[in-house]
Amino acid sequence: MKKDIVLGGVGGQGILTIAATIGTAAVGSGLFLKQSEVHGMSQRGGDVMSNLRLSSNEIYSDLIPEGKADLIIGVEPMEALRHLNMLKPDGWLITNKKPFINIPNYPEVESVLIVVEKLNHHVSLDADTIAKNLGSMKAANMVMLGAAIPFIGLEFSAFENALKVIFGKKGQSIIDLNIKALQAGIKEAEKFL
Amino acid sequence: MQKIVLLGDEAIAQGAIDAGVSAVYAYPGTPSTEITEYVLRSKEHKSGEVVATWTANEKTALEAAIGVSYAGKRTMACMKHVGMNVAADAFMNAPVTGVNGGLVIVSADDPSMHSSQNEQDSRYYGKFAQIPVLEPVNQQQAYDMMPYAFEMSERLNVPVLMRITTRLAHSRAGIVLGEKNPQNELSLPKNPRQFVLLPSIARTQYDMLLNNMPNIENESDEAGFNKYYEGSDKSMGIIATGIAYNYLMENFPEGIDFPVLNIVQYPLPKKMLTKLYNESDTIMVLEEGYPIVEEQLRGVMDNGKKIFGRLDGSLPRSGELNPNLVAKALKLEVPDINTVPKVVTPRPPALCAGCPHTDSYTALNMVMEEFGDGRVFSDIGCYTLAALEPLEAINSCVDMGASITMAKGAADAGLVPAVAVIGDSTFTHSGITGLLDAVNCKSPITVLILDNGTTGMTGGQNSQATGKIEDICKGLGVEEEHLHVINPIKKYHEENVAVIKKELEYNGVSVVIPRRECVITLGARIRAAKAKS
Repeated sequence: MKKDIVLGGVGGQGILTIAATIGTAAVGSGLFLKQSEVHGMSQRGGDVMSNLRLSSNEIYSDLIPEGKADLIIGVEPMEALRHLNMLKPDGWLITNKKPFINIPNYPEVESVLIVVEKLNHHVSLDADTIAKNLGSMKAANMVMLGAAIPFIGLEFSAFENALKVIFGKKGQSIIDLNIKALQAGIKEAEKFL
Repeated sequence: MQKIVLLGDEAIAQGAIDAGVSAVYAYPGTPSTEITEYVLRSKEHKSGEVVATWTANEKTALEAAIGVSYAGKRTMACMKHVGMNVAADAFMNAPVTGVNGGLVIVSADDPSMHSSQNEQDSRYYGKFAQIPVLEPVNQQQAYDMMPYAFEMSERLNVPVLMRITTRLAHSRAGIVLGEKNPQNELSLPKNPRQFVLLPSIARTQYDMLLNNMPNIENESDEAGFNKYYEGSDKSMGIIATGIAYNYLMENFPEGIDFPVLNIVQYPLPKKMLTKLYNESDTIMVLEEGYPIVEEQLRGVMDNGKKIFGRLDGSLPRSGELNPNLVAKALKLEVPDINTVPKVVTPRPPALCAGCPHTDSYTALNMVMEEFGDGRVFSDIGCYTLAALEPLEAINSCVDMGASITMAKGAADAGLVPAVAVIGDSTFTHSGITGLLDAVNCKSPITVLILDNGTTGMTGGQNSQATGKIEDICKGLGVEEEHLHVINPIKKYHEENVAVIKKELEYNGVSVVIPRRECVITLGARIRAAKAKS
């Protein structure tokens, strides 16, 4: 088993929570893990990415080689496309359709989504609205993670356990909400399979 | 075996704790910050067992560490690469005094300048100071090296430099922990003059360091961290330092036929290096940083075997490495790469919504309109982002503290008025002495000390002068009538403009302190209070 995942978003959007959840699920499943993150200046509203590598064998590089990623998870559509150079030819791009506009020259949202939809292997969803309907906008990240789960290759129970570890201090209701968010994301992804 | 997932920075911190460190000092700086943050969160610190503290700057951090070493205990000072320049005075003399308790300095370098002003390679500092340098290949080795680093420091009577780079610092991996060592007992140096670098004593001490060099060099060949991997294809021998080894092996998942030397400890391991050179037809050098090994190998004449590396264009001359760059250097097949669609627009970092700096600069920009461009000297922190659109308010960012001193120099040259903009933490780090210079010369400058009560850029660490800034300025001789605190918020915009304008007209040193808490630390504080109640 070997999965290389690029996470893209904007500083402050919380991609590290997604990374931590996948990472915890992977280590809990007995896999090797490398998870490269961005700290420092870029975190101030700039584009940020995280490289997540899971494997049943030892992993050397902290960085995924260009053109070799199995999966891109974007919590924002333009940020998903920013890392398209990382994706292998038959890799999947999973992205939130909701843009995060904090620059004056953000392109027309439609022009971004058209590029996403032209990709053979893509899943796109409005994670913000789905999360809102579940009761908390904050769960949008977990909806996105859910949409990626069919492509990651870990058992669902591994993610449930990871959420218990990560959100344990926040109480059972938060864990349940996030599990529901994962399930909602999986349901969306299945529409594209 | 139980593994815990740690950042490279955190692995170093846990390694130091398990090595029996007694005190850790640091000034925050990306990518080194998380080392000290981890120690500060540890139960060993909270129970009072391990001292850990943010300091005014890297020099005070290292000097405090030297004091701990003097008292016989193990200690660590952590900084980013450019912090080494600030600590350099202490760093260059510590090898001459030698140590009592083990002393480890950690420098986290930032090739590609993700969050830095340059990409200097701290391995040069290690060579300059003539001490051992460790450059771990991965998170596990970073952890494993810490007990060894302290033990070697004590055994060879030298400080040890551990050098890492951004990708190791900020990448997580599962770590297997080892045993925890007890701390050293308090003990004084056996030679009461060891730390007294009077010229006559310093000469003796320096001779001791030089006489020790064969032992320090031998350690690189014998300690077992540098690794020689035999290979059947001798057409090329590969030297890969630190994490460059990972980028190499990423390209050879089934194993590699070339002989490979992974260097993670310096001075260079002479025996291993000689073996590789002698048995290979050509040499490839992969280094995450400056071509320091490559340069030594080539020598001035470069008339030996064919060497590939950063100096002949096989690899880029600057920036961090990655698997693809290494593949290209080795002429391996690189996959077709998707192009990034044109619609993708750059999204540079920016000041947060509601940031007090935005209001400070908006007021300053209005005042500066009548004086023209090129007069605002700034410094290093979140507020440096004001160089970019939409504010475009500042004209310099050189090094920590340079805002005040550059403004003074520009005023000396006749650029009046000249304005300095510096953050509260940067002021404490390196601004105070410059302000004293300006006061002593009655320089016609206005200094804005943007006081958000924290070290914002690195994630909100304590700022050492919080609550003391006015008193520091007064103590330096800033006149009270030219020292103002303003509230940088929209509703006071007009008043703030008036204060800054008035002080720009003053022919002497004036200080304006826009004071409002960082919105990030404020938000965190409110959330923490809510969670408690």
